Amino acid sequence: MSQFLQHLINMLVLGGTYALLGIGLTLIFGIMNVVNFTHGVLYTFGAYIMFIVVHQLGVNFFLALPLAVVAGWLLGAAIELTLLRPLRGSDIDTTMLVMIGAWIAMQSGALWIWGGVAKSVTTPFPEAPLVLGPVSVSWLRLFVLASAAMLIVLTYLLINKTKLGGAMRATFQDRDTASLMGVNVDLIYTSTFAIGSSLAAAAGALLGPVYVIFPQMGDLAAVKAFAIVILGGLGNITGAVIGGFILALAEELGAGYVSSGYRDAMGFLIIIAVLIFKPTGLFARSERVG
Amino acid sequence: MDCGWINSVTVEKNMKRTFGIVPAIALAVAVMGGVAEAQTIKIGVNEPLTGAFAASGTYVVNGAKIAADEINAKGGILGKKIELVIEDNKSNPTEAAAVAEKLITSDKVPVIMGAWGSSLTLAVMPKLMEYEVPMVVETSSSGKITTTGNPFIFRISPPSAIEAAAFKGIVDKLELKKVDFLVINNDWGRGTAEDFSKMMKEKGITVGSVETMDQGAQDMSAQLSKLKGTDSETIIVTTAVDQLTLIFKQAAALGLKKRIITTGGSQNPDQIIAQAGAAANGTMHLTTFLPWFPDKTPNPEATNYFIAEWKKRGFDFAGCTESFRGYDGIRTAAAAIEKAGKAEPAAIKAALWDINIKGLNGDIVFKKSGPAGKESGQSQPNVYLIEITDGKIGMKTL
Repeated sequence: MSQFLQHLINMLVLGGTYALLGIGLTLIFGIMNVVNFTHGVLYTFGAYIMFIVVHQLGVNFFLALPLAVVAGWLLGAAIELTLLRPLRGSDIDTTMLVMIGAWIAMQSGALWIWGGVAKSVTTPFPEAPLVLGPVSVSWLRLFVLASAAMLIVLTYLLINKTKLGGAMRATFQDRDTASLMGVNVDLIYTSTFAIGSSLAAAAGALLGPVYVIFPQMGDLAAVKAFAIVILGGLGNITGAVIGGFILALAEELGAGYVSSGYRDAMGFLIIIAVLIFKPTGLFARSERVG
Repeated sequence: MDCGWINSVTVEKNMKRTFGIVPAIALAVAVMGGVAEAQTIKIGVNEPLTGAFAASGTYVVNGAKIAADEINAKGGILGKKIELVIEDNKSNPTEAAAVAEKLITSDKVPVIMGAWGSSLTLAVMPKLMEYEVPMVVETSSSGKITTTGNPFIFRISPPSAIEAAAFKGIVDKLELKKVDFLVINNDWGRGTAEDFSKMMKEKGITVGSVETMDQGAQDMSAQLSKLKGTDSETIIVTTAVDQLTLIFKQAAALGLKKRIITTGGSQNPDQIIAQAGAAANGTMHLTTFLPWFPDKTPNPEATNYFIAEWKKRGFDFAGCTESFRGYDGIRTAAAAIEKAGKAEPAAIKAALWDINIKGLNGDIVFKKSGPAGKESGQSQPNVYLIEITDGKIGMKTL
C-alpha cells in the first residue's frame, strides 16, 4: 500500500511537468496548425539558461526561473518571426520539415556551445525529503509541482479571461473572420508561438535542476509531449493537462507493477489504443483551446 | 519568361565551371591524402561523444589523446607518428556500426579502439568480422563480447563475470542476505545482473527483483519506489555516471535507505560526490582504477604520469576513472603495431596476442576466451571496491 501511495505521489509530480510540456505544444498546434519540432530544444534551452544564470552569472535560483521563461519567450518569438512567418500559408509538411531542420540545427548548436557532458544545477532546497508517513518526496519536486500548477493556471486564465486570449481563440476558430474583426493575426501567431515556447523553456528550467542537463535531454521530453497532445486531443489544453497525468500514471504503475523495462513503452501503448479507438483524442468533444 | 531563360544559361555556365574545378580538387585531395597516409599510422577511435554516454566517451577520447601525444613525443612507432581518427557513435549501436565501417573503409585504419558500451561494441563486432580488422575494447563489460567467437576482439576491461568473481570475496564481510538489482536496460546491465546473480546464488544470497531502466531515462523514481518496498537490504546498480547521480538523488528523495553498490567501473566517483552531494554517502563502487591512491595501483609511476598529464591539460579529475582506459587502449594498439612491424590489420591482430604492456590497472596480456578456433582476447585487469564516506573516497579490501 505504501508503495502504491509513493507511486501516486510520483505520478502527481511527474504529471505536473508533463502537463506543462503538453500545453505549450498543443497551444501552438491548435492555433497555428504548426507541428513544433523545436519544442524539445526549447525545453533544453530553458534548462541551459537556468544553468548559465545560476552557475555562471551567480544569480539566485528563484530569479533564474522567470529569466529562463523570458528567454524562452524571446527565442520562440525569434523562431516565429524568422522561420514561420515567411512560411505562413504553405502546407503543413513544408513547415514541419523546416521545424525539423531548426530542431537539428539548434540541438547541434547546444552541443557546440555547451558540449555533450551533462551539467547539473544546485538548488537552495534541502536534500532531506519531506516525509509524510510511508511516503516521501523531495522539496525541489514539490516546488516544481507547485510552479507547474501555477503556470498551467496562468495559461488557462490568459487564454480564457484576457483580451489576447479571446483574440487567440477567435483566430483559432476562424482566422479570416478574426482578421476582419480587427484582430492582428500576425501578432497573435507570434504571441502564441512565444507563449508555447516559454512554457517549454519553463518546463526545462524546472526539470533541469531535478535531473541533469545535456543537449539531447529534450528529445525524450518532446516525444512525451507529442504523446500527451495526441492523448488529450490536438489543441485541447484541458486534454493536455489530463493527458499529462494519465501518461505519468501509466508510467508509474507500469514500472511498479508490470515491468520497469517497459516503463517508457506503457505511455505509448495507451496512445496506440487511443488512436485506434478514439483517434481525435480522449477529450475531443470538449471545447478546444480552453 | 525571357529573364528566366537567361538566368538558366548563366547557371549552366557556372555549373560547368564548378564541375571543372571539382576533379582538380579531388585529385589534389587524393594526392595530399596519399602523402599523409604515408607519414602517419592511423588508429580508429569509435566512442560515444554525444547522447547518454557523452561524458564517459569524451573522457576516454581525452585519455587516448594523452597516449598518442606521449608516443609521438617519443618519436612515434615504426618511425611514424600515430594519428587518432576519432568518430562519434552517438551512444547508438546503429551509429557505432556505421562509424566502424567508415573508419575501416574510408579512413583505412588498421586497428580500432572502442566502442565504450557493450551494446555499442556488440553492434560493431560483425563489421570487424566482415572487414577482418581487430578492435581493442577498452570499457565494455558484457560477457557476450568475448564468448561469442569473434577473433578480432581484444578486451582490456573486465567482463562482469570477473567483477562478480572479485566481489565474491567480500560478500561475507558485507553480510549480504538478499539483494535487488537496478540495471541499465542493455547488454551491459542485463549481463551484469545475470553474472552477479549467478555468483550471489553460489554464495547462498537471495536475489530479489531485477529492475531495469532505459539508457536515456532521467526519472527512476518508479523503479526506486518499488525497490524501497522490498525486503532486500542491498541494491546492486549498474549504469554510467549521469544516471547514477540521478539514482542517488532520487533514492534519497524517496527515503530509500538501503545499501547501494554500483558496478561497471563507469561511476566517476568524484563527479557523483560533486553532483549528488550527501546522497552519495554510504554508497560503494566496484571500480577498475584508483586515481586517488596512485601508490596502490599496479603501476604507480605510469599512473602518476597519466594523472599529472590529465591535470596539466585542465581536464576534470573525476574523468580519470574513465580516461585511463583510452590511454591504455591506445598504448595497447600502438604496442601491437610496433610488434607487428607494419600497420596492417592481420599483422596487428596476430601481434596483439604477443604483447605485454604495463597498463595503469595491471599488465595487459591477452588470454584466449570463447569457442576454440575463434577465440577473443581478454586481459585480466584488477577490480577494486571503494566507499564514499562524508564526501571522501576510501578503499575497501576485496
